[in-house]
Amino acid sequence: MNFHDRHLLRLRVNGEDHSLSDLDPRVTLLDLLRERLHLTGTKKGCNFGECGACTVHLDGRRVNACMILAVSCEGREVTTIEGLGNGDALHPVQQAFIDHDGFQCGFCTPGQVMSAAALIEEGHTGSDAEIREWMSGNLCRCSAYPQIVEAVRAAAGRVSQ
Amino acid sequence: MTPFVYARADSLGDTIAAGAAPDSAFLAGGTELLNWLRLGIAEPTRIIDISRLDGLDQIEALPGGGLTIGAVTHLNDVAQHALVMRDYPVLSQAILHAASPQLRNLATIGGNLLQKTRCAYFRAEEQLPCNKRQLGSGCSALHGINDNHAIFGWTKDCVATQPSDPAVALAALDAVVVTAHRSGGRRIPAAEFHLLPDTRPEADNVLQQGELITAIELPAAAPRSAYLKVRERESYEYAIVSAAAVLEMDGQTIRRAAVALGSVALRPWRLSTAEEQLAGTELGDREALSTAIEQSFAEARPLSQNAYKIELAKTAALRAIERAARMPS
Ligand SMILES: Cc1cc2nc3c(=O)[nH]c(=O)nc-3n(C[C@H](O)[C@H](O)[C@H](O)COP(=O)(O)OP(=O)(O)OC[C@H]3O[C@@H](n4cnc5c(N)ncnc54)[C@H](O)[C@@H]3O)c2cc1C
Ligand code: SF4
Ligand code: FES
Ligand code: FES
Repeated sequence: MNFHDRHLLRLRVNGEDHSLSDLDPRVTLLDLLRERLHLTGTKKGCNFGECGACTVHLDGRRVNACMILAVSCEGREVTTIEGLGNGDALHPVQQAFIDHDGFQCGFCTPGQVMSAAALIEEGHTGSDAEIREWMSGNLCRCSAYPQIVEAVRAAAGRVSQ
Repeated sequence: MTPFVYARADSLGDTIAAGAAPDSAFLAGGTELLNWLRLGIAEPTRIIDISRLDGLDQIEALPGGGLTIGAVTHLNDVAQHALVMRDYPVLSQAILHAASPQLRNLATIGGNLLQKTRCAYFRAEEQLPCNKRQLGSGCSALHGINDNHAIFGWTKDCVATQPSDPAVALAALDAVVVTAHRSGGRRIPAAEFHLLPDTRPEADNVLQQGELITAIELPAAAPRSAYLKVRERESYEYAIVSAAAVLEMDGQTIRRAAVALGSVALRPWRLSTAEEQLAGTELGDREALSTAIEQSFAEARPLSQNAYKIELAKTAALRAIERAARMPS
């Protein structure tokens, strides 16, 4: 087994291939995205897995970027809030958050949107209670929860049409 | 974070050879390990990433009945697997009540059993007296904030609880933890996997350095089973108490019951005395059920702030039994 203290990391972020050299294995995926790739849409709330502000998609599944060592993402595909829409066109979940006032300060919003987009794919939109339960990994200190549920419900309808 | 070197494991043999070196740690989902590194709870110098090890992420039916679950299978994949949902609802429910959807996409079933207590003194950013952090430094919780600490099996050296939800279900199911180690593997009953603080308060479980969990084995199907979790908020929160119940029924009479409580001790707490008395009890006879459960609480000992957990735990056990009885078989 080959242990190293500096690594070459190849991964695809928002459809673009990256090859990053000299990576310290202590760097998290969250810090890599923000500090090295300058994709600051993904937020650092708690850095302990507790708030969901750092939610991104890893090979299509929603995960907390603060709980992942970047080096472990070799060969994998990451989608961040910057890559969710299609060019300038907003993703239906982003549009629904605007339409339904799903935020105040907006700090938790990128994580909420990434989580909601995945939740709709997972099919956990059967009822408001189900949406709330499966959105529970994303905290909102402004407490926009009722509007967030409305936005997710609306987006789910639009995506499935 | 102290510096470490990292390698991705490619074979089981290499993994257990490399893991045997002191200061090595396996990395699965990372949802515990990364926090330990940040807080200085663990300071490994070599990290072995087992998350992509071949063959450790499969769920398969066993020939003679039962199921084997690879250790690095993600929690969400275990909970939403058709066979787990149908035959082991207690495990599916316990997992879906744990952590958050995002965390469950990272966290693995093997790593889950190895999580450490959530005792706030233990997780503090500044070092406080805590025998689990530093043996001999004392226990801040014994006469401090202990409202969510143990009611069973504690000693003055440590009054913490084990917070895992899945572990409680696995203890009630009589699951087996299968390991591999340089000196050979073992099969460890899930209910005996975690350690009480009576002999080595600093140790959490029976694993040795470099011992790798390869799978969790479940015995014959347990469709009449359920999990109940009581917590301060309805979701994304650790338990105050939880209860797992597994029943076999003859009509409305309990033939066999297995009941385990969570977050009441440093290991899932099987109510063995109650279980004996529950056999032969009518489901509709709530008083008889309560009396049976009561038998196992003779050994409960509250701390200064948590006597309420005793009543809560009794009620949780009763409700879990009733919920299990209502599951379709
Ligand atoms: C905010 C938050 C809330 C949570 N809430 C809950 C909850 O409500 N209920 C609950 O049950 N859990 C909860 N958890 C804990 C979570 O479920 C665990 O962190 C997770 O299951 C650990 O698995 P992992 O694969 O990420 O482990 P890792 O972090 O990768 O590893 C943990 C430890 O186990 C070792 N290890 C991992 N796999 C193996 C293996 N196969 N063999 C030997 N050693 C191994 C590692 O070396 C390390 O020491 C929560 C966690 C967070 C961050
Ligand atoms: S209860 Fe255990 S973990 Fe908490 S302070 Fe005491 S010794 Fe440490
Ligand atoms: S920053 Fe990752 S969960 Fe809070
Ligand atoms: S909008 Fe402010 S934290 Fe959610």
